[in-house]
Amino acid sequence: MAGNVGNPMIRMASSAKKGEIVEIRSLIMNPMTTGLTKDKAGKVIPAHFIQTVTVTFDDKPLLDIDWSTAVSANPYLAFKLRAESSGTLKMVWKDNTGGNWSADSKLTVA
Amino acid sequence: MMSKPIERRQFLGASLATGAVATAAGLGLIKPQLAFADNVAGWPEKAFDAKLLKEAMSDSVGKTDIPVSSKVKLTAPTIAENGGAVPVTIEVDSPMTADDYIATVYLFVDHNPTPLASQFTFTPAAGKAYIQQRIKMAKTDNVRVVAKTNKGVLMASAPREVKVTIGGCGG
Repeated sequence: MAGNVGNPMIRMASSAKKGEIVEIRSLIMNPMTTGLTKDKAGKVIPAHFIQTVTVTFDDKPLLDIDWSTAVSANPYLAFKLRAESSGTLKMVWKDNTGGNWSADSKLTVA
Repeated sequence: MMSKPIERRQFLGASLATGAVATAAGLGLIKPQLAFADNVAGWPEKAFDAKLLKEAMSDSVGKTDIPVSSKVKLTAPTIAENGGAVPVTIEVDSPMTADDYIATVYLFVDHNPTPLASQFTFTPAAGKAYIQQRIKMAKTDNVRVVAKTNKGVLMASAPREVKVTIGGCGG
């Protein structure tokens, strides 16, 4: 049941023009179980899901997300950023079992 | 602030999880004071625990009667074969400037066991209030979005029905 967890990934352009809106796509492995289902032996599968995703650009807040168990397993997430200056986009995912993962990606603004 | 962890303890006390947590704590696998600290700090537990759409909306947005605006766009498939992974795209037509921006976006599935699916808090740096992700849907149902500006103005998307062939509660 443990399966794969973690392995966060960010996909985004490495450079952009000033003022351009850049799309960022991300993926992380997590079972996102609800705690409402049972396994084949009739035992409740405990809730195990990512609860927060925090996105910053050069340590300044960009997007804060709170997720419920209604988000699909191995959550994919896309969002946008207005490219104003070069810097580092950082994402931090935290789950309800103490799991904590981060990934970052650099953006150069011409 | 002090009432939250207590609520959580009471909730766990009444749930099946207690046995496992108590056993693990007894074996010294986890420190007792950390045994209940399973929610990430700041995660809005009350709104996410609400079982009815109205409750979930008032616990998150603070209101249930929200005018529909064409500025709040929600894209989802008409038919989803797999309710376990329904792609949704949210886009709000709005400036994203320091004094006028979309501050929070809420995503609901009307009849999921807990209707509030996600909550997104934006800053103007995003440039666009835009999100794409995949959600679970228990059955054919409406998905809806509420957006709140930094000045507290609320607007909702039109509810969008997704026909679900196989419910997404198995995962």
